[in-house]
Amino acid sequence: MRWTNFFLIAAVVAALGVAATQFSSNDYYFFAAYVVLQYVVLATAWNILGGYAGYVNFGSAAFFAAGAYSTVVVHKLYPLPLPLLIVFSGIVAGLIGFGTGYLTLRLRGVFFAIATLALAVVLQTLIINWDFVGGSRGAYIIRPHTFPLLGSYMKYMFLVMLGLAIVAVSVARLIERSWLGYGLAAIRDDEFAAEASGVPTLRLKLVATAVSGAFMGMAGSPFPYIIGYVEPSSTFNLAYAVNAIAMPMIGGTSTWIGPVIGAILLGTIQQVATVTISSAVNLLIVGLVLVAFVIIAPNGLVGLAQSWMRKRK
Amino acid sequence: MAAILEVEQVGKRFGGFVALDGIDLAVQEGERLGLIGPNGSGKSTLVNCICGTLTNEAGSVRFQGRRLDGLPAYKRTRLGLARSFQLPRPFTSLTVSENVRIPLLYTVNAREHRLTSAGIDDRCAELIGLVGLQDKAEARPVDLTQVDMRKLELARAMAADPKLLIADEAMAGLSHSEIEDILKLLLRLNERGVTIIMIEHIMSAVMSFSQRLVVLVSGRKIADGAPQEVVRNPEVVGAYLGQ
Ligand SMILES: Nc1ncnc2c1ncn2[C@@H]1O[C@H](COP(=O)(O)OP(=O)(O)OP(=O)(O)O)[C@@H](O)[C@H]1O
Ligand SMILES: [Mg+2]
Repeated sequence: MRWTNFFLIAAVVAALGVAATQFSSNDYYFFAAYVVLQYVVLATAWNILGGYAGYVNFGSAAFFAAGAYSTVVVHKLYPLPLPLLIVFSGIVAGLIGFGTGYLTLRLRGVFFAIATLALAVVLQTLIINWDFVGGSRGAYIIRPHTFPLLGSYMKYMFLVMLGLAIVAVSVARLIERSWLGYGLAAIRDDEFAAEASGVPTLRLKLVATAVSGAFMGMAGSPFPYIIGYVEPSSTFNLAYAVNAIAMPMIGGTSTWIGPVIGAILLGTIQQVATVTISSAVNLLIVGLVLVAFVIIAPNGLVGLAQSWMRKRK
Repeated sequence: MAAILEVEQVGKRFGGFVALDGIDLAVQEGERLGLIGPNGSGKSTLVNCICGTLTNEAGSVRFQGRRLDGLPAYKRTRLGLARSFQLPRPFTSLTVSENVRIPLLYTVNAREHRLTSAGIDDRCAELIGLVGLQDKAEARPVDLTQVDMRKLELARAMAADPKLLIADEAMAGLSHSEIEDILKLLLRLNERGVTIIMIEHIMSAVMSFSQRLVVLVSGRKIADGAPQEVVRNPEVVGAYLGQ
């Protein structure tokens, strides 16, 4: 697919999103779509480090929460428009990503994964003890109820998240096809050989961690406005960390489309399950689907399609 | 002639095991040096210390008069110090052509004269052709034979456009005519001014290629001189027979 086609499709998706806000007035649908799109951003962000560079981040929830709590802080000091909040959250989470990267990227494989898990615990402990953002009790956030032209604020948040998803996927695609993407692939395959080929492995990994963290933070930025009440256990929820890994793995980690497919698929199933059964089964579903994929399609749906096409040739 | 590489008193330990013990070695610009020694004598370890893949605890390495101590491997490659790995380490998710593209993007393009995207494609094709992998440009490393992987390893090292190329057993397992091809290739590279260190167990290849021969045994340099004299050196003969 060429860039022109890619942007054409992105424009169509955006136009469909805007059209939908004009034809439906049921806020629930926009909420459900928002959650799925939020996972598109989260999964895409995870994949920039996990898929392209091969560094598994178990601490996605911490970056998501960093974005959410950045919003809480700004909201309490001086409420900014949502897009600016998202930019601010992205900067904060990106810096946290850079810092964590600096401390942990010399670790490889499972040690890096454990370090990211530790980061999540540390950050959650800090938030629990930070009274300004409500500590362990949490904080109420009152958001506007309406938005000009669209009517409901939920519709507005849906459109903002749709825009963010398009930006995140475009950035991932851009990275994938640039010299940066080649460098990250070299790192994923063999770090010694990458260095010997002139790839500045540490610097590239830092860039990937910062960009990945920034988008995770942006995904979490509107979260306080969605639920209206922020407390550590829901913000640092295991579901974010698990979904951020499971979605790219199910879709396929080697290309930008994999996380998108995985997030839409798993995200939708979870939304349906939440309504029809209970949100308690969500993680169970993710677990089962993941196990099935590890057995049937270890390279995700994209990998499955690729090998099928190769066979047909 | 000026020394392009100066290794001074380099020492490396793995735990209590001394892998390199006070190695001194100077390589002249444009020289073809053969480095031999029994299995486990420390040849690859020396390469790793020169290229920054491993850190030597003792001694220092100079490249074109510049001390390399503490410099990460990728910077050494950019300075013009490239190597092939003895056990091929291809980028497994990339095609043969993309494997060669990495050093072009990160080494050649990091220097003054950047290549255009078409220039990179041409250079990729050229390098792959030089080692005879043109029919496998779009293949993945898993589909290559061990021999082809060695050729890819060499092409990737050459792609960095080095001033000094260290080929660590690039010819193991190759057929007689393939060895001839690689030898010709390395000689041509050398004629263009590239200094080459060849590590090899195939004595006929080392003897025909090298202007000078260095012998390592148990992490120590035991001989250094004209190839014909070195192979007659009693200590060298003893080391090989004693194996
Ligand atoms: N990473 C390592 N950790 C521990 N020991 C090592 C390591 N790398 C090499 N060694 C040991 O150091 C010694 C020298 O190894 P090296 O690979 O340099 O030998 P070599 O001369 O290249 O041998 P060969 O001809 O088999 O390639 C060997 O005894 C090897 O077991
Ligand atoms: Mg060796």
